[in-house]
Amino acid sequence: MIPSTFDYFAPAALDEALSLLSEHGDNAKILAGGHSLIPAMRLRLAQPGVLIDIKGLRSQLSYIKEEGGRIKLGAMTNYYSLETSDLLKQKAPILPEAASTIGDVQVRNWGTIGGSTVHADPSSDLPAVLLALDASVTLKSSKSERVVALSDFFVSILTTSIEPSEILTEISFPTPAGKKTSYKKLANKASHFSVVGAAAIIGVDGNGVCTSAAIGFSGLAAVPMRSAVVENALVGKKLDAATIEAACSGSAADVDALSDLHGSQEYRRAMADVFAKRAIKAALAS
Amino acid sequence: MGAISGMVGARIKRREDPRLITGNASYTDDFKFVNMSYAHFLRSDYAHARIKNIDTSAAKKHPGVLAVLTGEDLKGKAGEMVAVPFGANCIIPPHSAITSDKVRYVGEIVAVVIADDRATARDASELINVEYEELPAVVDVEEAAKGLPVLVHDGIPNNIGATLEFGDAAKTKEAFANAEVIVEQRFNNQRLAPSPMEGRGCVAVWQKGEDALTLYTSTQIPHYTRTFLALTLSIPEHQVRVVAPEVGGGFGAKLNYYPEELVCAYAARKLGRPVKWSETRSESLASMIHGRGQIDYVRIAANKDGTILGIDITAYQDIGAYYQVLTACISALTGLMATGAYDIPAAYFKVYNVLTNKVSTDAYRGAGRPEATYFIERIVNLLANEIGMDQAEIRRKNFIAKDKFPFATPVGLTYDSGDYDIALDKALEMFDYANMQKMAADARAQGRYVGIGMSSYSEVCGMGPSKGMFTGGGWESATLRFEKTGKATVFSGASPHGQGQETSFAQMVATEFGLDYNDVIVKHGDTSNTSYGLGTYGSRGTAVGGAALSLAIETVKEKANKIAASMLEASEEDVVFDAGKYTVKGAAGGKSVTIQEVVFRAYVNPFDGIEPGLESTRFFEPGNFTFPFGTHICAIEVEADTGEVKFLKYVAVDDVGNQINPMLVEGQVHGGLAQGIAQALYEEIVYDSDGQLVTGTLMDYTVPNAVELPHFELGSTCTPSPVNPMGVKGVGEAGTIASTPCVVNALMDALINTGVKDIDMPLRPEKLWRVIHGK
Repeated sequence: MIPSTFDYFAPAALDEALSLLSEHGDNAKILAGGHSLIPAMRLRLAQPGVLIDIKGLRSQLSYIKEEGGRIKLGAMTNYYSLETSDLLKQKAPILPEAASTIGDVQVRNWGTIGGSTVHADPSSDLPAVLLALDASVTLKSSKSERVVALSDFFVSILTTSIEPSEILTEISFPTPAGKKTSYKKLANKASHFSVVGAAAIIGVDGNGVCTSAAIGFSGLAAVPMRSAVVENALVGKKLDAATIEAACSGSAADVDALSDLHGSQEYRRAMADVFAKRAIKAALAS
Repeated sequence: MGAISGMVGARIKRREDPRLITGNASYTDDFKFVNMSYAHFLRSDYAHARIKNIDTSAAKKHPGVLAVLTGEDLKGKAGEMVAVPFGANCIIPPHSAITSDKVRYVGEIVAVVIADDRATARDASELINVEYEELPAVVDVEEAAKGLPVLVHDGIPNNIGATLEFGDAAKTKEAFANAEVIVEQRFNNQRLAPSPMEGRGCVAVWQKGEDALTLYTSTQIPHYTRTFLALTLSIPEHQVRVVAPEVGGGFGAKLNYYPEELVCAYAARKLGRPVKWSETRSESLASMIHGRGQIDYVRIAANKDGTILGIDITAYQDIGAYYQVLTACISALTGLMATGAYDIPAAYFKVYNVLTNKVSTDAYRGAGRPEATYFIERIVNLLANEIGMDQAEIRRKNFIAKDKFPFATPVGLTYDSGDYDIALDKALEMFDYANMQKMAADARAQGRYVGIGMSSYSEVCGMGPSKGMFTGGGWESATLRFEKTGKATVFSGASPHGQGQETSFAQMVATEFGLDYNDVIVKHGDTSNTSYGLGTYGSRGTAVGGAALSLAIETVKEKANKIAASMLEASEEDVVFDAGKYTVKGAAGGKSVTIQEVVFRAYVNPFDGIEPGLESTRFFEPGNFTFPFGTHICAIEVEADTGEVKFLKYVAVDDVGNQINPMLVEGQVHGGLAQGIAQALYEEIVYDSDGQLVTGTLMDYTVPNAVELPHFELGSTCTPSPVNPMGVKGVGEAGTIASTPCVVNALMDALINTGVKDIDMPLRPEKLWRVIHGK
């Protein structure tokens, strides 16, 4: 399992990484945690001519903080840090919950939230959670910086709207204050990626009426997605069992669901209902 | 650890483990030699295609490349791969190490690049241009047996390499004619990838000055490999040394002689440089042999009281594109075990060994017996359901009675010993069967999907008597040598690779001579210091290899006794040996000599008339196979929403005869259960209709983690085998054989209200969900 030949750079600062990227563009790949890129390179499915290893940027790009009502995550923050962050456990517990279901300890020590988001693997857990959190990504190049809503970021399977000259540096989202949240998934037993996962972020008023709902699905379709169908069926209603059941019934009927060895389209659609329901119920119980 | 009297039977930890878990063991890939070169194999991406042309010129020019070899280069210089034929009409098609006319499965070797380093070899392989003319792929085994869509090999009509028959067709037909109940079902025993933690790998070293070859290779059969190398490369056998260093699991897949071993050895001789190859996991999934791959049409005839009258099976064994060493024989083991643990008066088993465009099937943990146990344990449950009988009772009613052993089965074997009722009773008790049945029935009444399944097996182990083996004998060798200072070394012809005989054989010697356990070491796996041995497979390491050691111990003891008698100036009959000391009978408090003093005397100043030295090499030829047995019971719940399964309980009671080290026995059962349960629930090699391997990485081929497996509650009964001096039966495969039908029986019991009788393995969540929801 030997990758094809590539040039290797290990910049010590973001500026340096960006200038390397502007120089090599399409031919270059950013290496963060490497847990998606390196297997692809070993199988020679990816054959970048230049590898820009940004582990030297960890001190700059690995952080979890809250500023001005938003939670900000450095792109190099690894899953283990998400899983164990006291700040997140308090303010956005859905991220530690979801991160704890990813792979194994080794994977969680290496894999990064930025890498996972930019790789846009539909079976990956965090993108769906971040979508439900209304997250945005900060994309920097040597010439510019832009902030893109995650809902505009995912284009198709393994493809995002990032430019070849850009590095994803930060992911941020409004602190889900007072929201009830949970992530539940059906795991592929071979890879522990999700066959279908559902993130639920629910706002409820004092009378038990739903004031806001964000439902994200992983594994279901070619891109991580939000479910307006379920969300609309929840908002404004008292969330009793029958309402939840009805809201999650046929939730993915119109979704062009994936189909593979681990789940047919029909099964994935049905599991979307099941796991949306479970996530909502778990959120309400949280 | 000091000398423990009766150390045989002690639960002690494996002495192999510290070096393995601290990274201080040497596997094949750890060996490094000066001037080493590396092989990379270019493999076919097509299941079936004609090779029109291979252009290696660019690859040969790539800097660092030493050689690029194709099938044409090996013609006339290397023999065909080795395969044991089986069956009267068996046709073995040509099988070259590197193909040159056609490719016949995805992963077949088309060329090899030898280069200064691995990366160069890999890069250069991409410069080889192979022109293929794609042909229709033969994938479905039942279609293949009709010759459809095409032939895999010209000259093998209908792709049927052999048809094997066991039992009595006429008598079985009569049994069915007289039966009150007949139940039938088709079972699919899917292909599996053996998936040892360490894949295949070898290093070939050619010693120019000696015209000799040393091959370090991850194998279960170093001596056989030496013979095969000698024959296929025309090197005198005594000029070949094969070393199986630490081997990280084999499960039968390394009971083979692979094209890569031949090619590396050939290249090392040709280039005069050591050649190393270590397979990747993707290569392993595509080109190491697979196991199972059998479809069984099973019919069982019985009376309404549950008495089984006959069983009739027509099977299709998917053997893949070529015959590897034992490919032709595996389905025969299914036939030979077709009646399982039951006293069935009439049986008939017919199997077609069918060629397809897939990698060869061959021995994988259980090798033919899991297929038999699966279909009989499943059909017995279907029969029990049909006549409304309890699954434990139908088994008990049909078990071979304990006073009938040795028991000749209608399919041609003679079971050595057994008491199937006691294992069943113990399992029922440990499982708390009556209460668990009530629990399951109550749960089902509430609309839950809870089921109980069991499997009572008998399997054939301790392979085996030479007359019963397919070729090459069934004996084993062992040498016991005392060193001058009183330390003992065992050289075993068996080649353990995780089973733990470095520990258990030392326990045997320590016990017999009253030695400190640490004064005994066990060597194996190197043809230069062990007598010819047949290796470790078919749960034979202890049952046959240990028995050879037992003979060597006896011979050494006799001689030691003679020396002790001379030292004590007593007659041999009057010498008593106990706890490492020789004394004279009736002379309490008198003279004594220790075993160490006897050993020293054997080497220094030996007595006249007694040959110096103290060692013995013995070969053990078993009179029969051994037949372990037992009953496994489990309870499982299926979650209706998702089809996911949850084990509520798993009890395994195995009778493997006497146990030299119960902890090793349990370890073998644990591993076996993991692989057997994995077949029921998770593992499956999938080829698509074009013969492409869908499960080409561990992202798709599901080898379960510990978290996917239940807590194992183990028990045992002990019915010694009369076949070997220690009364052992062998335990390497029992867990794998028993657990698969046990789990599927439980799941089908959980789904009993759906009316569905069978689901093809693995019972993935989606399949269970479909049955529950009628989709």
